[in-house]
Amino acid sequence: MAAVKETVDQVRAIDVDQYKYGFETEIESELAPKGLDEDTIRFISAKKNEPEWMLDWRLDAYRRWLTMEEPSWARVSYPKIDFQDLYYYAAPKTTPAPKSLDEVDPELLRTYEKLGIPLKEQAVLAGVEGAKIAVDAVFDSVSVVTTFREELSKHGIIFCSISEAMREHPELVKKYLGTVVPVTDNYYATLNSAVFSDGSFVWIPEGVRCPMELSTYFRINEKKTGQFERTLIIAEKGSYVSYLEGCTAPQRDENQLHAAVVELVAMEDAEIKYSTVQNWYPGDKDGRGGIYNFVTKRGDCRGARSKISWTQVETGSAITWKYPSCILRGDDSKGEFYSIAVSNGHQQVDSGTKMIHLGKNTSSRIISKGISAGKSQNTYRGQVKVNRKADGARSFTNCDSLLIGHDCGAHTVPYLESANPRAKVEHEATTSKISDDQLFYCISRGLPTEEAVALIVNGFVRDVLQQLPMEFAVEAQKLIGVSLEGSVG
Amino acid sequence: MLEIKNLHAEIEADGREILRGLDLTVKAGEVHAIMGPNGAGKSTLSHVLAGKPGYKVTDGSATLDGVDILDMDPAMRAATGVFLAFQYPVEIPGVGNMTFLKAALNSQRKARGEGEISTPDFMRLVRTEAGKLKITQDMLKRPVNVGFSGGEKKRNEILQMAILQPKLCILDETDSGLDIDALKVVSEGVNALRSPDRAFVVITHYQRLLDHIRPDVVHVLSKGRIVKTGGPELALELEAKGYADFVDEAA
Repeated sequence: MAAVKETVDQVRAIDVDQYKYGFETEIESELAPKGLDEDTIRFISAKKNEPEWMLDWRLDAYRRWLTMEEPSWARVSYPKIDFQDLYYYAAPKTTPAPKSLDEVDPELLRTYEKLGIPLKEQAVLAGVEGAKIAVDAVFDSVSVVTTFREELSKHGIIFCSISEAMREHPELVKKYLGTVVPVTDNYYATLNSAVFSDGSFVWIPEGVRCPMELSTYFRINEKKTGQFERTLIIAEKGSYVSYLEGCTAPQRDENQLHAAVVELVAMEDAEIKYSTVQNWYPGDKDGRGGIYNFVTKRGDCRGARSKISWTQVETGSAITWKYPSCILRGDDSKGEFYSIAVSNGHQQVDSGTKMIHLGKNTSSRIISKGISAGKSQNTYRGQVKVNRKADGARSFTNCDSLLIGHDCGAHTVPYLESANPRAKVEHEATTSKISDDQLFYCISRGLPTEEAVALIVNGFVRDVLQQLPMEFAVEAQKLIGVSLEGSVG
Repeated sequence: MLEIKNLHAEIEADGREILRGLDLTVKAGEVHAIMGPNGAGKSTLSHVLAGKPGYKVTDGSATLDGVDILDMDPAMRAATGVFLAFQYPVEIPGVGNMTFLKAALNSQRKARGEGEISTPDFMRLVRTEAGKLKITQDMLKRPVNVGFSGGEKKRNEILQMAILQPKLCILDETDSGLDIDALKVVSEGVNALRSPDRAFVVITHYQRLLDHIRPDVVHVLSKGRIVKTGGPELALELEAKGYADFVDEAA
């Protein structure tokens, strides 16, 4: 068919320039010596002025990591990573801990301005009421600034980099770190435990509803550098927080590793809403370069009636390996996973969720929308597990895939395990193609091809987009459009 | 308005020629019916005019107000004033009917160098036109054609036509799948759009649609060519005698 050929040609014609965040910031960095051994870990720990227990924790993780094997069950393929050919720490050489925005290197501020991330509180305050967002900006291995801290502290909320939390709030970090994702959880999580450099720490006190969106913006800049961030969010009894993370990186021919760990803890009646807009550099049209995104994200609904909701829009990365999960421990707790994963070019996505029902009357809801174009492969992998004692557990999964063109693939791998005969577990899955008829129908009404594709795709992902905070939903919608540019002839 | 000369078109995949030197002239303000047996090339004609991929024009021309439309991409043809009411309107899940209409209208306006329509103006326009076609608020909010009955889909096509205000409306077997009540509503919608600066090409198998949409001229299409042209009485003659005579004539 002619349409097939055109699609192929168009995909070939995708210019890497369409990745709008591929620039590099010229800034002097301090790097750890290349490679990984116990000295590297001591170097990182010393850089961060960490307490002794933290260093021991890291070294223990490192020793365990040495005995582990890189997992190979995901439906992704890539050349073996040389873990000795990476830098595990890179930080801009500036004043060690800027106390205010005025002390932050202007070059960094310009970078975030270029990325459209509001760091200037005044500028944000001057903007529309309700769009106020506190940002923790992480650049390579360090957090460069966290905004709105004073205002948040009035409510008793702690929002800072995890390095700072280790120094300032060691009791909280010690109490929760590694309790959701254990040190030995998996290869990348263990590696992260050994070498993690920065990330965000959030603590919402009992009964407090966080008055603004919290967000962390991750940027990888330095060459040959891995980013290993660690985020820990704790919502005490009856509290609420909505948190958003965004990620970008410069375009490079090499593959860069990003292995993050995110842990969420929701106590009784608490709710955490965690949204991700992931737009790491996906590689060029021939599949050169791009980020390897191997991430472990897990939330623990520790208290009764707690709720954790993951929403993710994944458009970037050469390889995505990511399964934000919920452990539904508290009775009547709820876990949600809303995902849009878009792949184009040579991207490979293996993503999904795990919902582990332990408590009584726990419920989970999974809505996954995969969109594949170009020569990409997009896999949904999800597990719903119901414990023997989880009476009244309910789970619903809806998993839809949309194919654009003829050289891409969509795969659905659901694992359902129920040890409780009274649990109600449902799974729905569909795979569809943007049909030539749908496309022609839109175009014949005057919509240019790109707009027609964007319209159809946005219709397809609508129920997930609705879960994102409004401002981000608009951004995400645009991002999806851009990611699919040139996907149809 | 529409001027088709010696149009030859084949199916791209297998090179089968479907239109074999078709001539047709439709003046502004006129309604032309095109009738003919299965396989005569009726739907192909509508697809080729609207620019559906999969066909190759090998000879001839088609102009709208003197402008060659065959060189334009389908979106541009739409902006220029070509509208095809589909025989089988397509469902687009998740895209609200209103959203779709507004996006289409604004794309066409943009292509013509006009500004976007304001939301209140658009709402007013849709409310008025939807009312005439007995299209409910619910239908306007639902995703495009999803879960619509056959009649609702066809009414929705006419609504699009009323909003987009094309110069040339091609109706491809709009009567198929309609019961008599739906046929009436659709026909009234079409009749309301008849105007001195708009032309209609109505493709149909049956006389019954033409009882409601009165054509000025009736053509018989067979084997890719117009083989007979007459007044409305020609449709009645066809209904009584069938196509056999004409098919032979063309052979």
